[in-house]
Amino acid sequence: MTPLISLKGVDKWYGPGFQVLRGCSLDVARGEVVVVCGPSGSGKSTLIKCVNGLEPVQGGSIAIEAAEVTDPKTDMTKLRARVGMVFQHFELFPHMSVLDNLCIGPQKVMGRPRAEAEAKAMALLERVGLAAHAAKFPIQLSGGQQQRVAIARALAMDPVAMLFDEPTSALDPEMINEVLDVMVELAREGMTMIVVTHEMGFARRVADRVVFMDGGEVIEDSPKDDFFGAPKSPRAVEFLSKILQH
Amino acid sequence: MHGWNWTGFFEYLTNGYLFQGALVTLGLTVASITLGLVLGFVIALLRMSPLKPLRWFAHFYIWLFRGTPVLVQLIIIYTGLPQIGIRFTVLESTLIGLVMNEAAYLAEIIRSGINAVPRGQSNAARAIGMKDWQIMRYIVAPQATRIIIPPLGNSVNGCLKTTSIASVISMEELLRRTQVLIQEKFMVLELFVVAALYYLIMTTAWDFVQRRIERRFGRGFDISAGH
Ligand SMILES: Nc1ncnc2c1ncn2[C@@H]1O[C@H](COP(=O)(O)OP(=O)(O)OP(=O)(O)O)[C@@H](O)[C@H]1O
Ligand SMILES: [Mg+2]
Repeated sequence: MTPLISLKGVDKWYGPGFQVLRGCSLDVARGEVVVVCGPSGSGKSTLIKCVNGLEPVQGGSIAIEAAEVTDPKTDMTKLRARVGMVFQHFELFPHMSVLDNLCIGPQKVMGRPRAEAEAKAMALLERVGLAAHAAKFPIQLSGGQQQRVAIARALAMDPVAMLFDEPTSALDPEMINEVLDVMVELAREGMTMIVVTHEMGFARRVADRVVFMDGGEVIEDSPKDDFFGAPKSPRAVEFLSKILQH
Repeated sequence: MHGWNWTGFFEYLTNGYLFQGALVTLGLTVASITLGLVLGFVIALLRMSPLKPLRWFAHFYIWLFRGTPVLVQLIIIYTGLPQIGIRFTVLESTLIGLVMNEAAYLAEIIRSGINAVPRGQSNAARAIGMKDWQIMRYIVAPQATRIIIPPLGNSVNGCLKTTSIASVISMEELLRRTQVLIQEKFMVLELFVVAALYYLIMTTAWDFVQRRIERRFGRGFDISAGH
């Protein structure tokens, strides 16, 4: 079966002197959940930004559902509309109500009528437990609530896959679980997900595979149990021992 | 010396000819700011363009118009250009001068407003599949507007007063009409005070309008201004 998302030997430079990704390869099958971890600056955020073309790459290839992200002929706006993305700092649109945050994509990008977009948005808000907050502005919500709205906003586009970049690392500890719970539920429903996170509890519960990055390289790509049971690389061992202390 | 004439003062305060002049001042301001915003937006975009020649052009434009007095610009347009066969009416010259001058200032204001919208916002909009113009229209511009309003308000206030410079090319706005009346009646102080009051009324009214606009665009940024 061809993978839903496939990266082959991806190289990326920021400017001529600094190579941030070195020959990264990664396949994600439909319905798979892949957790990406690694030290700060290892290139995790860059990697997932490349997946939906927010950052261009200089070498290798990236494909989503057989559409080449790296092919200049690909309609990137169409492709991005099909891949949901959740950011560390939520990035809700502050000048719009929660409801409008969820409707703007379906209305302006997919051309759906307002009534249809609203009905779908309300259903999604219900699902993340925030239907009562539809009319509020993002600033009136807590961090955990904002991140759940951000997840709902991405889901409003009916994505084939979801990318998460440290979705809980900007949150107060007591709000982390409400966001992880939404993500666990999504994973169990069969959503294809790439999740950059250091929440190893989350990885243990729902990841199929764990990818460990360091220095712009994919050092290890193992089934979850292998990764936690017997990590192959010394760098992964060291990394795990550090973050599991907390 | 013939002292202050209250009767004359109150007569001119309600003088239709002066009142119409004030309306012209208002009209010139509205036109200059509106057209200046459009042109200023284009120049701001050029200034941020990835193409060097476009950036240079925008830079040159801003440098030229911010570096020379409006008075000199107006005289060149109205009095100087006919010498090389380019003729504009008084109104045309006034509008060209004021609009091009405002655009130079507004371009810088608009550019800094756009730059002040965090990069993550356009990334988030791009990630849901928006095209560049949609990101500008629905995400960046509304947020930049909020940032731009206070300096824009200053520009409107400044423009209300700058229009008086057009009196030197005999544009029939408030100051010019004041001077015309002075030449007939010699009530210099009374008439200039009336003119000053008209300007004061217009700038004060604008302050009021500006505060309302600020509240409108502040929604979502300040909890107390939420609804
Ligand atoms: N736009 C950019 N221009 C230049 N360098 C960048 C840019 N974005 C990131 N970098 C650099 O690239 C490297 C990888 O960054 P990236 O954000 O992908 O790391 P990360 O693994 O996500 O780190 P963290 O855990 O801190 O989020 C870092 O050294 C970073 O400083
Ligand atoms: Mg990162």
